[in-house]
Amino acid sequence: MKPKLVVIGAGMASGRALEHLVEAAPDAYDITLFGAEPRGNYNRIMLSPVLSGEKTYEEIVTHDADWYAANGIATRFGDAITGIDRERKVVVTAAGETPYDKLLIATGSNPFIIPLPGHDLKGVLSYRDLDDTQAMIDASTIPGAQAVVIGGGLLGLEAAAGLALRGMDVTVVHLMGHLMERQLDEAAGYLLRRELIGRGIKVLCSANSSEILGADGRVTGLRLDDGTELPCDILVMAVGIRPNVALAKEAGLATGRGIHVDDQMITSDESILAVGECVEHDGAVFGLVAPLYDQAKVAAATLLEQKAAFKQRTVSTKLKVTGVDLFSAGDFAEGEDREDIVFRDPARGVYKRLVLRDNRLIGAVMYGDTADGSWFFGLMNDGADMSEMRETLIFGPAYQGGAALDPMVAVAALPDEAEICGCNGICKGKITTAIANGATTLDAVRMTTKASGSCGTCTGLVEQVLAVTLGEDYAAPAAKPVCDCTDLTHEDVRRLIKASELKSMAAVMQECGWKTSCGCHVCRPALNFYLLADWPLEYLDDPQSRFVNERNHANIQKDGTFSVVPRMWGGITTPDELRAIADAADKYAVPTVKVTGGQRIDLLGVKKADLPAIWSDLNDAGMVSGHAYAKGLRTVKTCVGTDHCRFGTQDSTAFGIAIERRMWGSWTPHKVKMAVSGCPRNCAEATCKDVGVICVDSGFEVSVAGAAGMDVKETEALGKAPTEDEALDLIVAFVQLYRENAKYLDRPYKWVAKVGMDWVRERVVEDAASRTALIGRFDLSQGIYQTDPWAERATPKAQRDFAPLANLTLEAAE
Amino acid sequence: MRDFIDIGALEDIPVRGARVLKTPLGCIAVFRTAEDEVFALEDRCPHKGGPLSEGIVHGRAVTCPLHNWVIGFEDGTVQGPDEGAVPTWAAKVEGGRVLVDVALTAKRNAA
Repeated sequence: MKPKLVVIGAGMASGRALEHLVEAAPDAYDITLFGAEPRGNYNRIMLSPVLSGEKTYEEIVTHDADWYAANGIATRFGDAITGIDRERKVVVTAAGETPYDKLLIATGSNPFIIPLPGHDLKGVLSYRDLDDTQAMIDASTIPGAQAVVIGGGLLGLEAAAGLALRGMDVTVVHLMGHLMERQLDEAAGYLLRRELIGRGIKVLCSANSSEILGADGRVTGLRLDDGTELPCDILVMAVGIRPNVALAKEAGLATGRGIHVDDQMITSDESILAVGECVEHDGAVFGLVAPLYDQAKVAAATLLEQKAAFKQRTVSTKLKVTGVDLFSAGDFAEGEDREDIVFRDPARGVYKRLVLRDNRLIGAVMYGDTADGSWFFGLMNDGADMSEMRETLIFGPAYQGGAALDPMVAVAALPDEAEICGCNGICKGKITTAIANGATTLDAVRMTTKASGSCGTCTGLVEQVLAVTLGEDYAAPAAKPVCDCTDLTHEDVRRLIKASELKSMAAVMQECGWKTSCGCHVCRPALNFYLLADWPLEYLDDPQSRFVNERNHANIQKDGTFSVVPRMWGGITTPDELRAIADAADKYAVPTVKVTGGQRIDLLGVKKADLPAIWSDLNDAGMVSGHAYAKGLRTVKTCVGTDHCRFGTQDSTAFGIAIERRMWGSWTPHKVKMAVSGCPRNCAEATCKDVGVICVDSGFEVSVAGAAGMDVKETEALGKAPTEDEALDLIVAFVQLYRENAKYLDRPYKWVAKVGMDWVRERVVEDAASRTALIGRFDLSQGIYQTDPWAERATPKAQRDFAPLANLTLEAAE
Repeated sequence: MRDFIDIGALEDIPVRGARVLKTPLGCIAVFRTAEDEVFALEDRCPHKGGPLSEGIVHGRAVTCPLHNWVIGFEDGTVQGPDEGAVPTWAAKVEGGRVLVDVALTAKRNAA
């Protein structure tokens, strides 16, 4: 019979210990896992990105039910342990007793709640688990909601930044003289404070809370001991944690601040081990993830009767707030025997300080530029003598030995023992070994070594190790940043615009940390589209962020002239319209008149200064812009349907016109072309369009995501509708889903390939409420954007704007 | 001391945009940056002659609308991997008016 292992607490430390255990010896134990939270194990250090909306809960789950099942671990979530009977070797719950041969305690810690008057009011929260995070997110949805955060340490500031990103008015109250005093010195604390104030967060340092105010059992504010009152709807206490030792203490184990353990993680009872934030080792307790993972490794080894010893080591810290670069490691207090090397660049907001003792690096604080953090951290752990490189030390690895200023060279120069991933304690050698064993992508390295799998701040470094090791064989990951102005992908930016309610280009560039002052020709048109698609009422379209064709509402030709295309609804025209087009072509000496593939007429070679006049003439004949230049609805091609054709099953022409009338003027991530064919003979070529409709006797078959350009692809069925109205609903909802989610310049077929047709069908076809909501949002946007740009530019001012600013040739002629 | 000529009001040029100036030397693009600086460059990309005045303005540079060459305002040189340069003329803002180098009114010297 296998010995029985019982684990109390499903957190990050026990999760990691179990991983090591089942990986090394899957059949060594019969394992039962008890957890107080009614869910599996998630990455607690990623709660901040969940709070700020940059990640979802699903993305931070590390072990789900399937993982436990696959590894034969019995789970008892929500079944709280009430006692441990060490004599009989059983743990007791409300449901009964469970026997153990070995017991692993990982009960973690509890947030410390300052016993201020009013600390038990509703709305007073800690910041510890997903329920706290959800409570904060819920509070932030109230318009104008205010929050006070007590505690200007790592956790408090992440909470404050997340709440501010969610639109709350946030004040941080900190007892000490500067923020994060345990990790930062005063200068870096000052820069951090300035950054947070710049984001609209109020920061009060040296501030002592005296009473939490409330009404009807709910928090209404905080009073400081100087009498200041700060009104708030929620109050978050993030002032520290206390090891959770109650269970262990009751069972008679030796405890101090935490549960006493030796180097093998064994408690005062040799059948019982403990890991994580609940333990005390050699006088120290632990709050950061790296030492917990070390303990987990040792505990797993001890359980397998292997030799291993936990050794405390220097830890480094990073703040997980998008756009704030901060790194701290080791000891940076001032002292007689210490020397400082300091680098400041006030304009860039960069501050670096290294602390040396006996020519050895013992501490580092960096703000604004933390790229060399892991290199310094490596030097610190090595304890190497710095006298040789002291003069250039602060400039980082790139300046050592006269090497070039290339980050790749710096990474190549790192020794195998250099730590790359601080959370998981993964050194460069382990990564290069994994790469040699076939892990040639970031995901594969993450899977095999865990490097960059926790907080993710070392992802760039891991990619560089991959690039250096594999050379040209390394294919950079598919997730490409929008452009050189940012490291974020299109998907990241779209999510942040929605989640953080960023409603202006300045807000996006500020909150997402744009590296340029006003973007470039790649990001600005994309941002302009995302903003107008997500916030049609609030955002004002910026013509200067549009490509020339959309700014001038005409297609630029290679000689700088433009083409003019009036809309012909469903490809139907009249003799009067044709006469007006012919007259305009004569009047403005249009060199080329061409019938397009979209069933309309193109006037090519019009001079820019003539555009407002020719538009005005065509407007007078009842025609509007065909948006032939737009990332928007282009044409709805039709056949003649039941009107004339002996095979036609429905009035395809009238339906095409109805679609075009409803949808013209809408902006989309890329151009959208549609067609309606009156029967399956498909004369309108509907099955290679972005949206195609084939009419049949019983109704309308709507299919989407076709292509007939660089790629050729047949459409995929979206759904079938018995009536025109229902078919139009499907089409409108599909286009709106595309507008809200696709990457700028992805045609629908590319976008659908990424999200999957099932995902689209679920939202457009199967879920009626979702479909109705999509249609509502489309119509709302059309209320703003369905306007004829030609009519808008028929004014004298527009005529002037399209003409030269001045003509100096006339003066010269005088 | 260089002489300048008034060509119009600053507000007639869109922010991060441009207007065309017709001169005996050909079309000149007069750009206005986000910081309300103005720059005068020949309205012709050294690549395929694209109208720079129709490009997207970012920082002190414009991206040609035809093939995305990026031209710097200060000296007219092409940035990034491409090579070339565009002639530039002095331009400035005074009292809300845009002034350019008076040399732009002179007929080209017969060669």
